[in-house]
Amino acid sequence: MQSQTHVNNSLAATPLIVKGVVHRYGEKAALQGVDLVVQPGEIFALLGPNGCGKSTLFRLISTLVSIQQGTIEVFGADCTSDRAQVREHIGVVFQAPSLDGKLTVLENLWCQGVMYGLSGKALRKRSDEVLEQLGMSDRSKQLCQELSGGMKRRVELAKGLLHRPRLLLMDEPSTGLDPAARLDLWRALTQLRDADGVTVLMTTHLLEEADKADRIAIMDQGRVVACGSPTDLRKEQGSEVITISTDAVDDVAQKIESQLALSVNRLSSEVRIVSEGSVSRLSEVVQLALPYASQVTVGRASLEDVFVAKTGRAWE
Amino acid sequence: MNTTVMLAWREWTRFFRQRHRVIAALGQPILFWLLFGTGMHQSFRGGGSDFMSYYLPGTIALILMFTAIFATISIIEDRREGFLQGVLVAPVPRWHIAAGKIVGGGAIAWVQAILFLLLALLVGSVPWSNSLPGLLVLMAITALGLTALGVVFAWSMDSTQGFHAVMNLVLMPLWLLSGAFFPIPHLDPSAAMGQVVIHWIMRLNPLSYAVAGMRQMVYPDLKLGPELWQPSLVLCWSVTLVFVVSTMLLAVRAVQRPSKGELK
Repeated sequence: MQSQTHVNNSLAATPLIVKGVVHRYGEKAALQGVDLVVQPGEIFALLGPNGCGKSTLFRLISTLVSIQQGTIEVFGADCTSDRAQVREHIGVVFQAPSLDGKLTVLENLWCQGVMYGLSGKALRKRSDEVLEQLGMSDRSKQLCQELSGGMKRRVELAKGLLHRPRLLLMDEPSTGLDPAARLDLWRALTQLRDADGVTVLMTTHLLEEADKADRIAIMDQGRVVACGSPTDLRKEQGSEVITISTDAVDDVAQKIESQLALSVNRLSSEVRIVSEGSVSRLSEVVQLALPYASQVTVGRASLEDVFVAKTGRAWE
Repeated sequence: MNTTVMLAWREWTRFFRQRHRVIAALGQPILFWLLFGTGMHQSFRGGGSDFMSYYLPGTIALILMFTAIFATISIIEDRREGFLQGVLVAPVPRWHIAAGKIVGGGAIAWVQAILFLLLALLVGSVPWSNSLPGLLVLMAITALGLTALGVVFAWSMDSTQGFHAVMNLVLMPLWLLSGAFFPIPHLDPSAAMGQVVIHWIMRLNPLSYAVAGMRQMVYPDLKLGPELWQPSLVLCWSVTLVFVVSTMLLAVRAVQRPSKGELK
């Protein structure tokens, strides 16, 4: 009995458990049985091309859409039966802006705070705190419609953080941000993770963004095809990759497979060799491929290689 | 409760920060009143009243309706601009959202109509009377009812164009056939089929009772001719109250349903 309680408590502390989630829009299956566990205090990215189902999963976790099949638990609260509690645990930053442009930054935060049960002095204090944390204090009286894209994003983040959520959900957080603003955003996220222990779940279609996360789940056609830390996932693919850029993909791939007995991935205008130890045979590969290739490069395996290896399709 | 007040406050602040909305909602009915009132002066037969006076309560109803409509269009904008998404994932019951819109939009409509009434009082078009406090209450209730009706229509829509269609096909006829613009004559045995239909549509239109009630309170001494149909003040109040309660219940039911726009 005691061990049972212990198990329940430890499960309750898990920020997110997704089990067997299936979701359909009419005939089309957007999610075909997704399982996922996000651990406390990690930045977790759902990576996948457009239409892979990550946004649908995001909507289900954020309680915007009802779950059709399977279960999702946020800190032990069920997204179907205990929606109100889930909503208290999560802070949501949507891809589409959710600010009221006709209100000032501070007024937007107050609206948000009231909906989460904050009011009076506590709300004012917390609003100032969050704006300070995100470097937006000097903009608090400005109308949101007058802010730049990067600043609006920061106010969105401030809204999401206002009620001190334990799990922060972000849909494509870097959309519309310039590189400097992206760096700022990541700095803020890692600070939240390290200082406040906030768990972050984000969706992204950017490989370089997913690379910065603690762990990622790669999604394709409504399924999770790989899950782990970016480093581990890359390691699975072997440490090096030889990329041959060519118009004759099939010819080159066939020659390498038959003559050098190395396994390859075929992309639309590239052949990638990811076999362990392939670099030691670089000169053979170059000799064979060069007549057909515009370029042969050697590099470390990327998340793109992981995607190609797991799905057999090119990253778009 | 706090959420309702906050959402109502937000409606209020947004409205007065968009000056064109203030002008559109107040200016057009006043313009109609002056133009129609002057233009129709000669041709109007409404018992003892002239058209400017007859049409004044109708103008109040029009201000209430226009403002209520513009306030509820903001639901569609909120959805398009994404603000609604944030509200929908917050831990608040959905009826708070409807209540916030109705109270906020209704209050704006009410204040706009009061401004017009004040203007009419100042220029002497409306006499100062004991029934004015009652009139203000009836105006407030009507404002809430019309805003709730707007919420019912606006909730399921994802474009303001669609709402304009509803406005032209449902809401404007609702106003036109409320006795606001022309009176409702009694039916005589020789009445044509069309007259019978219009007569009954107007009598079954809940807004007819709000307008008739306002007319009786704006001009307590006004006597419409015996050839015109006019409900008693008690009936006006009763029907208007039923109208408000029903539209509010419909609005609360409407916001419980998920709409396609939420998936943006």
